[in-house]
Order: sequence, then structure tokens, then C-alpha cells
Amino acid sequence: MASPLAGYLLVAALLFAIGLAGALTRRNAILVLIGIELMLNAANLNLIAFWRYGPHPEALTGMMFAIFSIAVAAAEAAVGLGLVISIYRHAKTTDLEQMNRMKG
Amino acid sequence: MGFAFYLVSALTIGGALAAVLLKNLVHCVLALTVGFLGLALLFLQLDAQFAGFAQILVYIGAVAILVVFAILLTRGSEPPKEGVFSKTWLAGLAIAAAVFAVLGWAVLRVAPWLPQGTSTPSVTVHQIGVELMGRYVLPLEIVAVLLTAALLGAVIVAMHEKEGAK
Repeated sequence: MASPLAGYLLVAALLFAIGLAGALTRRNAILVLIGIELMLNAANLNLIAFWRYGPHPEALTGMMFAIFSIAVAAAEAAVGLGLVISIYRHAKTTDLEQMNRMKG
Repeated sequence: MGFAFYLVSALTIGGALAAVLLKNLVHCVLALTVGFLGLALLFLQLDAQFAGFAQILVYIGAVAILVVFAILLTRGSEPPKEGVFSKTWLAGLAIAAAVFAVLGWAVLRVAPWLPQGTSTPSVTVHQIGVELMGRYVLPLEIVAVLLTAALLGAVIVAMHEKEGAK
């Protein structure tokens, strides 16, 4: 009987791959941000799973790391979406294939 | 590894897949919310109650709403004519599949030696609060400053430019 930890790690790996595929294949900038959020969440799941099945769960280290990671992800989402809205106002598009110049 | 684990995993993976694959962006966010809910349930299964409820509050309560606002402000709800996937989607898919293959191979290879985790950790919110005010007080303050700066920065970046400022 395999450890339950392996199941959680596989789910996290699949979630990370889905997020990566979304970030790499979608045209819309908001969908790319959603993909990045999914990858961050997969990392959080790994942190929590290793905390739960690690040798010292009472030390709370992994869970604290995940909680801080959730807070940082919230900040990242706010700034990313603000940037997308700002670019939309400037270029009238959120299509990443049309954002091919750095000049404003 | 009971039935509940498979059910919640299927919910999470299904929500994430739908969020990445659907055409209408509003539907994508709804699917993403389902995925986040499944993830929170996975956290609860792992006896991390505080992290699970923080996940629900932060992601479903704040991030999903923020994404909906951004989609409606950028009129992204109607699918574009030239398709939702970029020209290089095959390369992106191949990279993602390769990453999953490597990660899955690594996990399956070490699976027999992974710890079983017999004892259930009993972590109370009181303990987490004491730790946050003791050992983790400096990271807590830094996160507070980071969140304030990020939210102010987001508002300033997304704010209307004044007429004639350019």
C-alpha cells in the first residue's frame, strides 16, 4: 500500500502541469494569470501535504509557509490584474499576441 | 486514501481543467472557483483547517472576485474571433506534459519510501496565533507591508490617467 502522500503529490503535479499549460497556451492575459494562480496553489498543496506527513507536524513550519504563500499570492493577483487593466486601457486589447512591442 | 480523496481530487482537477480550457472567460472563473474549493477541501482532508478556510476566504472570496472584475473591465467575456489558444499552443502543451511526466515519474519512483503519517496532528487556531505572534512575527509584519504596498500599487497602476497628462 503506497503512502497517501504520493496521491497528494500526484494531484499537485497534475495541477501544476494544468496551470503551466494554461499559462503557456492561452492568448488572454487574464487566463495566463489564472494559470499562474493554479501553479501557486499546486505548490501550496505540496507544502501542506509534506507538513502533514513529515516527521514533525507539530512544528507548524509547512503550514505557516503555505499561509504566507497564500497572502503573497493575493498580492500578486491584485498587482497582475491591475497591470492587465492598465495595459487594456492603453492598447485596447488583452490578447498577448498583439502585445509585441515595448514602446508605449 | 479513501473514496473522499478521489472525489475531491477529481473536483479539483476537473475545475482546473475547465478553467484552462473553456472559451468564455466568465465560465473559466466559475470553474476556477470550483477548483479552489476542491483544493480547500484537500487542505481540510490534510488536517490543515486554518489553511483550508484561509484558502476559501482569500481565493474564492477575494481573488476570484478580482478576476471577474478584471474580465468585465476589459470586456473579455466575449470569445475572440481568432481563437482562445495562441499559435504556439502545441509547444506549450508539450512543455507542460513533459513537466508532468518528470514530476510524476519522480513521485512514483520514491512512493514506496514515503512516510505513512500515522499520527494525526492536532493543531488549534490558538497555537497558530501564538506562533504568528512569536516565531513568525517578522514575516507577518513583512507580509502586512507587502499587502498594503501591493494593493496601493494595484490601485495606482489601474487608476484612470488624467486628461492631458500624456
